[in-house]
Amino acid sequence: MTKTMFEPSITSRPVYGVLSPGVGSAHLFVADGEGADAVCDLFAKAEAAEMKAASHIIYMPGANGCDKTADLQALGVAQFYRAPSFASAQSRLAKVLADAHMGLQIYAAGTEGLMAQVAALAQAAGLPYEAVQMEHRGSLARRVQCVHCKGVTENVRLDPFHCSHCGLSLFVRDHFSRRLAAFQGVNIDAEDPGQVPASVERFK
Amino acid sequence: MSVGAPKIPVVVAEVVEVNALIKRFRFQRRDGAAMPVFSGGSHVVVEMDDHGTRRMNPYSLMSHPADTLGYEISVRRDEVGRGGSLYMHTHVRPGMEMVLSQPVNLFPLDARAKKHLMIAGGIGITPFLAQMAQVEAMGGRFELHYSVRSPALGAYVEHLQEQYGSRVHVYYDELKQQIDLKTLLKSQPLGTHIYVCGPKGMIAWVKATAAAMGWPALAVHSEEFLAPPVGLAFEVQLAASGKSFTVQPNQSLLEAIEAAGVEAPYLCRGGACGQCETDVLRCDGHIEHNDHWLTDAQKASHTKIMPCVSRFRGAALILDR
Amino acid sequence: MSLDFNVETFRGDYTFKNSAKAIKRFPFPFPEDSYMYSVNMEPHVPGAVGSVFEHLFDVDEHYVAEMRDRAQVLAEDPLRCQTLPHMELAGWDLLELIMESKARDYPQWFELHKDGDNWHWINKPLQIEQKFTFMDASTLPYGPMEYITRQTQGDFTLQDQRDDDLWIEAGMVTTQADWSLDFDIGMSFKQWHAPVPLAHQMNIFDRALKFLLKLQHGAPVRRFNWTMTVDALLDTSPENYPKWGPSKTTMTPETIGHRQHLRVELQTLHRLPRSNAIVFPIRCYLIRFEELVTVPKWARRLHRVVRDIPDELATYKGFLRNKPLMLDYLAQFDDGQPTSPGFGAD
Repeated sequence: MTKTMFEPSITSRPVYGVLSPGVGSAHLFVADGEGADAVCDLFAKAEAAEMKAASHIIYMPGANGCDKTADLQALGVAQFYRAPSFASAQSRLAKVLADAHMGLQIYAAGTEGLMAQVAALAQAAGLPYEAVQMEHRGSLARRVQCVHCKGVTENVRLDPFHCSHCGLSLFVRDHFSRRLAAFQGVNIDAEDPGQVPASVERFK
Repeated sequence: MSVGAPKIPVVVAEVVEVNALIKRFRFQRRDGAAMPVFSGGSHVVVEMDDHGTRRMNPYSLMSHPADTLGYEISVRRDEVGRGGSLYMHTHVRPGMEMVLSQPVNLFPLDARAKKHLMIAGGIGITPFLAQMAQVEAMGGRFELHYSVRSPALGAYVEHLQEQYGSRVHVYYDELKQQIDLKTLLKSQPLGTHIYVCGPKGMIAWVKATAAAMGWPALAVHSEEFLAPPVGLAFEVQLAASGKSFTVQPNQSLLEAIEAAGVEAPYLCRGGACGQCETDVLRCDGHIEHNDHWLTDAQKASHTKIMPCVSRFRGAALILDR
Repeated sequence: MSLDFNVETFRGDYTFKNSAKAIKRFPFPFPEDSYMYSVNMEPHVPGAVGSVFEHLFDVDEHYVAEMRDRAQVLAEDPLRCQTLPHMELAGWDLLELIMESKARDYPQWFELHKDGDNWHWINKPLQIEQKFTFMDASTLPYGPMEYITRQTQGDFTLQDQRDDDLWIEAGMVTTQADWSLDFDIGMSFKQWHAPVPLAHQMNIFDRALKFLLKLQHGAPVRRFNWTMTVDALLDTSPENYPKWGPSKTTMTPETIGHRQHLRVELQTLHRLPRSNAIVFPIRCYLIRFEELVTVPKWARRLHRVVRDIPDELATYKGFLRNKPLMLDYLAQFDDGQPTSPGFGAD
């Protein structure tokens, strides 16, 4: 399976495709967890063979522990880097983008939070959002910004959940900010303090 | 115009012969008030009274966007066209009163670009003159590659080189000089946007080359005004206003609608902006779709027409206007 | 302070009130006895003398108090005013538009003197005098958009136009109907309207976007929007929702006339010349129910609008909880008589 089935949503929520070999002078892949499979699937295509010498893969294991480093290493691309987390890879990514020329192809695969953060960095570097290919794999856990304290909570599975910064009970909207690479969390008991419905695991 | 912006009554302040093919016109407001400032890439529609035929041609503004004393355009003489440029060249003199539309920008710079790479062919240089002045004032980064037939026809080359130095690159066809596009596009920093204005072939060449080198389509911008083509005369019926008339060979459908006293919306008059889109109620025949606006499916369905550039051949055409 | 402007608050003791003159000119937003979305845009041309449409930017008796409230909101949360870097030029366009309009329309309060790029701005109600260089942000205490919108009623967003879309990329938002600039900045037209129910299916946003992309300099347009607000709180932000949300639960039949407000937004849209951006001023007018019912036609009509509105919309606008209380209160002013078409009082 390459495509996650998503429930119908609102127009701010991104939709994702399937990675395919792009035409360009250089290829930058950023993936987390199961996203490695999307990258491997791309390189399994015949037309991707000649991309390898110009490809750079940055990979981080998933928050769920999924680690497919070996699969990606086996591809034999020009540059492979395993980062322990997205945060730790940010300065490397920024350097790669600062040095890059037009013609660079960017691919992001894995969780929505990872893909959105890659797209946001690419946009900050001056590329159109649409220039980043994205394929969802793995967890549907969400990256959520608390609209009240502005703190971002990673890997949100429950709805409602407690903001990891200010502690308010937040319900998770589908409204999505590409700039923040996050969904929006809004206090659920603002009108009736203390009346918080039981959390359910909505994002697996 | 449908969206109601007031027109600008002007007087021709200056007519300059730039070279054998191009004349420059400067307009000032008749009431002495300031012209609106505009954004680089904007055009105005110039209204002409060509011996009883009303012509309205779009021309890019080339003067400095902050110059509110007057607007300048350059017009290339087109011997085979319908006569708008010939009228400008042969009849328009300093002191004449004319009417301009408000500036409209269908070829804006992307303000987020890390660098603006401008590619001009011939008279396509005009929007870049205004854009470069604006980018320069804002401290932005740009480079111009300007292709012309010969040194004698290289409009504004000296001015550009003087003003912008090594950021201006000029290529003369007669001297077998050509833009080395592949090398140029290979070395551009991430975040560069391309803007191309010139002949159809040049725009297609730049777009195809950029796409083949992995440039995102949204980073490549182009502007091509289509001159309304001449064609055979045809009959048209307007259902809403209850009028029927003949569109003459050298008249556009939009001009014919206006000549019949029916108000119709427009912005670019060049098949690009979509403003004049009109519903077709009946089409017994074939619409010659000459626009960049309608989708292929819309064109095939013969249910929409862009009267600024498109024509008709057949028995009956009824429009919802 | 001048007698022209009220001394009042939009928080704490909520001393906000409309004078008889302000009630008379209140922009009642319903032209008929029911409400559904529509694009409903019309040219923003000068209206009747004394009306909120008389001038491009209406300055009313609440001006000084609203600007004080804005300053307080910004002190507590500076993120309510943000500009993405490429939008500064649009900010200068906006500053010019507002300064020229106000100096022309309200010479008794505002003056603008220009000597080339050396500008001298005088705002008497707020006791501000500023000499600065146009297009040089270092000569102003804030960026151009923030500077001028700290002196202008209503929220403002600036939209960049590119790729056949409008992108909300700068804004001053302190009197909003529950939406977050910090979250929405950078979004396309349809992205930032994504949470609005029903309207997408009605193609409202397709049509509105198509219209706005062709908006011309010198030909602004306007439309109304509306919602309900408990107490005269201008800053009904999602950021502060935990602070103001509980106010909805303490309404009673005795207090509703005094505490419940109809909140009307006069939204205008203007093409900006240098940047080709569009500015979207969202001017908020509040009126207590007990002020509104002094106009019999408005009282009858509001009752019918609230009665017949789909629950989905009442939920989105945040008043489903108090809808029964509102209807009980408004019903006493609805004798079932027909109302005349149009916005005006009979």
